[in-house]
Amino acid sequence: MSDLLGYIVTGLGIGAGFALVASGLVAIYRVTRVVNFAQGAFAVLAAMLTASLLGSGVPHGVAELGGVALGAITGLLVGVVAIGRPGTSPGTSLIVTLGLGVLAYAIEILIWGDQPRSYPGVPGVAEVGGARLQAHYLLIVAVTGPVFAVMAWFFARTDLGKALSACASNRYAAQVVGIDVRRMGLLAFAIGGALGGLAGVLTTPVQQVTFDSDVALIVNGFAAAVLGGLTRPGVALAGGLLLGVAQTLVAGYGGGAYQVEVALVLMLTVMIVQAARTGPVAETAR
Amino acid sequence: MTNGAELTVTGVDRAFGGVYAVRDVTLSVAPGELRAVIGPNGAGKSTLFALIGGQLAPQAGEVRLDGARIDRLSAHRRARLGISVVFQAARIFHGMTALENVMVGAHATNGAGFLAGALRLPVHHREERLIRERALECLARAGIADWADRPAEELPLGQQRALQLARALCAQPRLLLLDEPASGLRAGERERLATLIGELRAEGLTMLLVEHDVAFVMRLADRVTVLDLGGVIAEGTAAEVRADPRVIAAYLGAAPEETGPEAAAAAATATATATETQTATGGERDAGTAARAAEDQGQQNAGVREDSASARKGAEP
Repeated sequence: MSDLLGYIVTGLGIGAGFALVASGLVAIYRVTRVVNFAQGAFAVLAAMLTASLLGSGVPHGVAELGGVALGAITGLLVGVVAIGRPGTSPGTSLIVTLGLGVLAYAIEILIWGDQPRSYPGVPGVAEVGGARLQAHYLLIVAVTGPVFAVMAWFFARTDLGKALSACASNRYAAQVVGIDVRRMGLLAFAIGGALGGLAGVLTTPVQQVTFDSDVALIVNGFAAAVLGGLTRPGVALAGGLLLGVAQTLVAGYGGGAYQVEVALVLMLTVMIVQAARTGPVAETAR
Repeated sequence: MTNGAELTVTGVDRAFGGVYAVRDVTLSVAPGELRAVIGPNGAGKSTLFALIGGQLAPQAGEVRLDGARIDRLSAHRRARLGISVVFQAARIFHGMTALENVMVGAHATNGAGFLAGALRLPVHHREERLIRERALECLARAGIADWADRPAEELPLGQQRALQLARALCAQPRLLLLDEPASGLRAGERERLATLIGELRAEGLTMLLVEHDVAFVMRLADRVTVLDLGGVIAEGTAAEVRADPRVIAAYLGAAPEETGPEAAAAAATATATATETQTATGGERDAGTAARAAEDQGQQNAGVREDSASARKGAEP
């Protein structure tokens, strides 16, 4: 019983990382209709920079913020390249982000090498209901919750958030009421970058980061995002947490080797069910 | 009260895959004028609108607002210069209330900015209150004040169309583009719309109105421009246009010789429909009636074409 609780809390911590990556994907997709395959790179770059900053004596907190800031800046740059040219179709932009993701590998290896990196997070072991787990998992959950609350408030209550939502709902109408749709798209990329960066910064103390860590993040993040049709951040959060818990349970009771397969099977199932329910035409028309 | 803008379109061209949708169109709308643009299905009316609103850029020619060139500006820049658009389809923002739909544009263009809003500065409160008052006023003018706090997607179609009009008015435009605002409305709604358009004209707002209901247009407009096959074939008062032989030919199918087989086929359909209508209405020989029948015939096709276009782009939810 205490094992189960431990797995669940650990799973929530891991899932929170997936959920952050997923919500970044959703934020970008809703506003620009671009599936951003460079999303995992934001996390890796942010984590690498944080490791370097901590290594050179920058205090905790500042270093992590630096990582998130790099994620946001990288997001903005990816956005400029992917959607900066007026009239670029979302399909073209998708391929551009894929290419930029590969370019990020080269940059990461050039600067940080190909060895895994990590840094200490919250030290020690925590006890939750008799289960013992690394205390850092609690921090991940404690940060992710408020971040999602702030995002929900931002999109629903602030003028800027409403303008972003307007672009997501109908870009023609957004333009004719004077909203700069391209600028909103760039803002969405920056937000997506910050969320991806936060995922990397938060999870690195419990999972080492290497230049190709983005694969696991993007597969799981995409699986979570696709649960809500890439447009519903709340569902993406739930999906990310569910995936995290499912994988920890599989690893705990079965074999740790099957974690990614769990995500892939879940993602495929959801896509097949959705395609059967809404039909492929309706899906692309959205 | 409103300071209507002057619109000048000079020699604009726009082709799609080598076929001209609009070719060498020139028209000039005086400040405060209500200009109607009519023409058979496929005449280029919607393309002309998109060229003025900024959804499309012309391949040649100029569009000027109060003498300043705007044809290279993006749609949102033109909106900020005072051009408001009411689309034929109800393009509203889902996931927001009707009131929020009307307010979102004013927010995007207001001066106080995001930081003031996020920090809840007093300047933001003042602007917020002004925008809200104006938005409620516009909803009332469009006759949907009772729907203000309902989610926009729950409004019936007629009210969604009115919501678009309220949203356009809230931007305090100097040029209002109306793309078939009366199509699909019930008689009462249509009457209310005509009254509102009349009021706006009295206030001095410049308006450009595309409408299939030719009788509706002829009653309201100061002047009428007739398009056919992408070009202007007539311009003048309703009576002048009604009597113009080229207009009658374009609507009734006695097309000039240079028209292609497709146009001839369309004209043949129009003639057939027109004849039926004439029999039904006791043989009233009126270009307006015949034209309306032809336009009704064409409406379905236009709808299908727009749907497939937006599906191709994949940009519309």
